[in-house]
Amino acid sequence: MPTAAIAAERLAKRYGEVDALREFNLEVRPGELFGLVGPDGAGKTTVLRILAGLLRPSAGRATIDGIDVTADPAAAKSRIGYMSQRFSLSETLSVLENLRYVAEVWGVEPNARRQRITRLLEFGRLGPFQDRLARNLSGGMKQKLALAACLVHQPRILLLDEPTIGVDPLSRRDFWIILYDLLHEGSTILLSTPYMDEAERCGRVGFLLDGRVVACGSPAELKSDLGVAVLDLRCPDPRATARALRRVAGFESSVLFGDRIHVTLPRTGLDPAAAIARARAAGVAVADWRTGGPSLEDVFLAYTRAEPPPAAAP
Amino acid sequence: MSRAVVEAEGLTRVFDDFVAVDHVDLHVPAGTVFGFLGPNGAGKSTTIKMLCGILRPSSGRATVGGFDIVRETERVKASLGYMSQRFSLYEDLTVEENLRFFAGVYDVRGARRAARIGWALEMAGLRGREQARASELAGGWRQRLALGCAILHEPPILFLDEPTSGVDPASRRNFWEMIGDLARQGVTVFVTTHFMDEAEHCDTLALIHGGKVVASGSPSTLKHRHVARALLEVECSDLMRAYAALKPDPAIASVALFGSTLHVVADDEAAARATIAARLGACGLALRRVERIEPSLEDAFVAIIEASAGGEG
Repeated sequence: MPTAAIAAERLAKRYGEVDALREFNLEVRPGELFGLVGPDGAGKTTVLRILAGLLRPSAGRATIDGIDVTADPAAAKSRIGYMSQRFSLSETLSVLENLRYVAEVWGVEPNARRQRITRLLEFGRLGPFQDRLARNLSGGMKQKLALAACLVHQPRILLLDEPTIGVDPLSRRDFWIILYDLLHEGSTILLSTPYMDEAERCGRVGFLLDGRVVACGSPAELKSDLGVAVLDLRCPDPRATARALRRVAGFESSVLFGDRIHVTLPRTGLDPAAAIARARAAGVAVADWRTGGPSLEDVFLAYTRAEPPPAAAP
Repeated sequence: MSRAVVEAEGLTRVFDDFVAVDHVDLHVPAGTVFGFLGPNGAGKSTTIKMLCGILRPSSGRATVGGFDIVRETERVKASLGYMSQRFSLYEDLTVEENLRFFAGVYDVRGARRAARIGWALEMAGLRGREQARASELAGGWRQRLALGCAILHEPPILFLDEPTSGVDPASRRNFWEMIGDLARQGVTVFVTTHFMDEAEHCDTLALIHGGKVVASGSPSTLKHRHVARALLEVECSDLMRAYAALKPDPAIASVALFGSTLHVVADDEAAARATIAARLGACGLALRRVERIEPSLEDAFVAIIEASAGGEG
């Protein structure tokens, strides 16, 4: 068994009265693409900051390539590239200047510097914009620059905290092509994301709730473990229909999915035709329906629903 | 046609020699949810700033709530609420202090102030957390508080600039329920988002690229008008190798990653199916499913942007 690229054992973090992280366990294998998902405030950023050596855990142990991040932070940090949620480069330097600066901070040999930066510019499709000031970059390009900057010291392990927030669909596709290239070259990636279509692409996904991993597995496993089927409905005026459906027994979970409605039902004893008849009897117009498995977003919503209401949570 | 609450004609803004917004026409009827989409840097925020009376247009004209955005700036500002995920709250202030501060800004006083602050706390689910600092709140609650602050004065028009950026899927849904409620009460909502599933909730969409409106219509109009070719969903092993294998081929117009599948656009469906099977087979990849599907709004977005000439992304 090779050493885990990233491991956390019973990690905990307390802020005053609040447990941001409790008994958090994680093992990411070399070469894996692992996604952390969960509601806001579940502890995703805290995990990544501890692993990046920016935050000391209150208890437990975290390792990068077997190196304890608390005992030997410098060695651990040299192996990781960390991209925080906030743009942490200089807005008043150009793309090229930012990369040069980061290379200097990491002590990259001057001879190697030029070549490496050229490669990163090419890799991030940033070449044509190398002289543009960071503050004049669009959101998508800024994120690509931030990613390029965290690759300057050639880390094999990447920790990315919601890297595609505020990025348009086209740039987001571009960003993912770069991530796949990195994986192809053998990198290990741990990322958090609010996009369930991104989570679908991960080899494994960990679902965080209240500072704890409540479910972990491949997207397929997470979906099948939920033990539900999804009734996918097409209705006129889906927004109003979803609201009306929620008042029908068995349809409480009705949510909009684009222009369709998803209802999650227990897989055991499922009788979709009877359920549809019940909805129609209650006066809900259902134009067309089919059954299928849940999407990762259905899984997300199912776990989140079990949460206490917002006002009661920390 | 119903009364337009936001109306723009030839709205243009030039910065030095850069045309950020280029002759934009908009027509947003009262009580509707209008989605303003486009790539990063397309001119969305500049347009909103002009409509809110914060930035003067270089040329063209616009009215918001019937008021001219240049000559009646103060009346425009009084009739709208504005919120963006990034700049809306004072992080060092508590929940209640933020609400009181915005009540002051909007001149909401006396009994009405108490009632509106109470309403905002209920709506945001922040009862019992009045003394928490805004900086301590997680994304979803912070965003609901920001919305509460933006509509304390019950404005008939609401501008939301990427309101759900950095908010989890469940909170996003929650937020859109609230937007739907506001629209039903007659509030006109003008919103930008990068989440295409959210764009589906809008009554009308306009897509802006390079400062110009390149497409507009209802979500279903956009999907069907702009993705005329066959769209195939491909499920297979090793997505990235499959992506690379399919890219350079005349039978295939475009390939894109879509969740855990690939979306392939082609003029000739049968030829594309044959190519997909042959190419993946040659790489030793397992082809699990190829299915012709209805385009999603994301497919439409990408098709429109790509057709309106190579942007910088």
